[in-house]
Amino acid sequence: MSQNITPDVTSRRNFLKKFGITVGAAGAVTSLGFLSACSTDDEMVNVLTSDGQTVQVKKSELKVNLEKMQVQGREGIEGKKFVMVIDLAQCKNARKCMAACQGAHHLKPEQHHINVLQMENDDRTGFYFQPKPCQHCDNPPCTKVCPVDATFKRQDGIVLIDNERCIGCRFCIAACPYSARVFNWSEPKYVEGDENKVYDIELNVPQKKGTISKCLFSADRLRIGKLPYCVSACENGVYWFGDANEDAVTNGTSKETVRLSTLLEEKGGYTLLPELGTKPSVYYLPPKDRLFKYQYDEEKDDWMKNHEEGKV
Amino acid sequence: MSEIIKQTDDVIMEKIRKDLLTPLTTFPLGFKIWVAALLTMIALAAWAYTIQFNQGLGVTAMRDYVSWGIYIASFVFFVATALVGMLISAVVGLLGQKWIIPISRIAEMIALAFVMMAGVAIVVDMGRPDRVLNLLFHGRFSSPIIWDVTVVNVYIVISILLLFLPMLPDLGIIRNHMKKDLPKWQWQMYNILSLGWVGTPGQYKILHRTLRVLLILIVPVALAIHTVTSWLSALTLRAGWDSTIFGPYYVTGAFVAGSGAVLVAMYFIRRAYKLEDYITDFHFDKMGKLMVLVALVYLYFNLNEFLVPAYKMKTADAHHIHTLFSLHGEYGVMFWLTQTFGLILPIILGFFKRFRKPFPMMLIGVSLVIGAWFKRVIIVVPTLIHAHLPIQNVPESFKVYDPTGIEITITLGVMAMAMLIVTILAKIFPVISLWEIAEEKGVDIKKNL
Repeated sequence: MSQNITPDVTSRRNFLKKFGITVGAAGAVTSLGFLSACSTDDEMVNVLTSDGQTVQVKKSELKVNLEKMQVQGREGIEGKKFVMVIDLAQCKNARKCMAACQGAHHLKPEQHHINVLQMENDDRTGFYFQPKPCQHCDNPPCTKVCPVDATFKRQDGIVLIDNERCIGCRFCIAACPYSARVFNWSEPKYVEGDENKVYDIELNVPQKKGTISKCLFSADRLRIGKLPYCVSACENGVYWFGDANEDAVTNGTSKETVRLSTLLEEKGGYTLLPELGTKPSVYYLPPKDRLFKYQYDEEKDDWMKNHEEGKV
Repeated sequence: MSEIIKQTDDVIMEKIRKDLLTPLTTFPLGFKIWVAALLTMIALAAWAYTIQFNQGLGVTAMRDYVSWGIYIASFVFFVATALVGMLISAVVGLLGQKWIIPISRIAEMIALAFVMMAGVAIVVDMGRPDRVLNLLFHGRFSSPIIWDVTVVNVYIVISILLLFLPMLPDLGIIRNHMKKDLPKWQWQMYNILSLGWVGTPGQYKILHRTLRVLLILIVPVALAIHTVTSWLSALTLRAGWDSTIFGPYYVTGAFVAGSGAVLVAMYFIRRAYKLEDYITDFHFDKMGKLMVLVALVYLYFNLNEFLVPAYKMKTADAHHIHTLFSLHGEYGVMFWLTQTFGLILPIILGFFKRFRKPFPMMLIGVSLVIGAWFKRVIIVVPTLIHAHLPIQNVPESFKVYDPTGIEITITLGVMAMAMLIVTILAKIFPVISLWEIAEEKGVDIKKNL
């Protein structure tokens, strides 16, 4: 997993140039599993690039890496305003998005950056399935209350969490009306190689005990021009993702690109809990003319049980 | 003539010293058992905390939905109870009420101990206590937590000053009279702490002026500390917290909790130190009336806080109200027990003079304090159980909150710590102000007593 998510050499090098640092292939690496305890700062260490090559870099340059990643992670991507549109008419509770997300962010089964909820507004209106990621609000109640600026909103609209700084007070959990945040109550799930990995703020991996985790709109993927994990994983065309400044969104399944404004206007887009004034960046299209039969099977759809039985 | 007055002064002072300073030198068995019990509880809690520290907050019953539990409830409880220092010394004191003289120092000791433990409760609740200094390095003033940290620390400083400064004349008395009764280091401590107090009119002038400033200053600070504490909840968008009256609701509730704590402390300190001549039935009667007054105001805020949303029954509020009001609701039984024993019954009993005696007042005080703690649980937890969106695809344990043994042990340990601090303060310092009692009895205090 970690191999796939490592940013490619070119984009990382571009970023480093932007900061006036030329460390060549050193910057290419986010997964550094090799730093032995006895090495000094000037020692050369082997690191693996995303295309599978081993290169030698100075260890001191790798330390810079974390700081620079934190800086670029906090700044965000210039000129962008990321939005997601979720077409509820398409969702049939396949939960591929949930599985892909938990895999990418090294989450336990009960930790959801995105959670597909079974909704019923009224007794007579029937069920529909509502994937619920972080809403990346433009008036985020969570970032306001963070006492240490560990969660913050970037210029591209993404709300991130810095688990190198989070003190674990969980005020943001209390503040979020969408229950979008999860906490690492005990040792998080470690994937092989996590122990030595440099923390990637845009992926929030490795997860850390006693800190918050949340949906990041897959900021690491956006940086390399790819769609978020959940969007790409969906088989049913539920997700549209794109840039509100360009007024364009792309469907994760069909890869079709349409105008955001047209899509929202024509299909009657709306946001969740608009009365709270949070101004979400996630829009929903109503579950009208559903393409699938909506039956909720409690046995079949028990996420925790399926996980235990290895069905996810 | 003047010779006779002087002698009378000495006789009065002699008795005051004997009555109020003897507890400093005696360590009866009951005291030792009490301290040992508290230390045992604290040791147990320390052990439990090492487990929590190593394994993470997963050892508690808190999870992603109920993410605050009895630690935060205890934090609110400690801040609440600590407000009694401000109520007794500042509000009642500035109104010129003399009856608070023998109990104001007890109130200040409770205030200091409890506000310090409020800080401890917050650190205990943190997922990363090792990063507590981030509050300084990366503190962001838009967060109510930073406001809270600021005002809590200001309150601690003012509480220390309000406890310590009025004690200067007493420390001078101890320095003058108890050199042979105390171990050398202890006498030396009082000697240093007395800051060279000899009771000149000039010194009294400075003392009175300083105290007046502090007593006025502590009113807005105390209001701020508990209002900000209420805002930790009220500034969120959740049903049950999303309320405009949370500030005064918390402050008035704090006075009820604090009155209860003072009543309990008054009773036991009076018994242990044999202070029946100083803390009399009169004082319990007065304190009882004060308790009824603040409890009535709190009842008024309770009516507003619960009946207004209950009339409208907005979806989320209705859910919350049902949880509390219905005996079948998850917190119905706890809610009604708390409201009955922590508010309604004390008010009714407090109306009758026969219940405003020391023993019944102590029982009512215990009932108030326990009720106050559970009330904080009722404020913190049920709201979190009801998220705006359904709680799904998580284990069953995420949908309820039953505190674990480790959580309860740590909470009890922090409480024991608060009581231990009060016990120690009340042991090494005179619990009643000697010079103010002397002044009340007509002794000329403007000299080296």
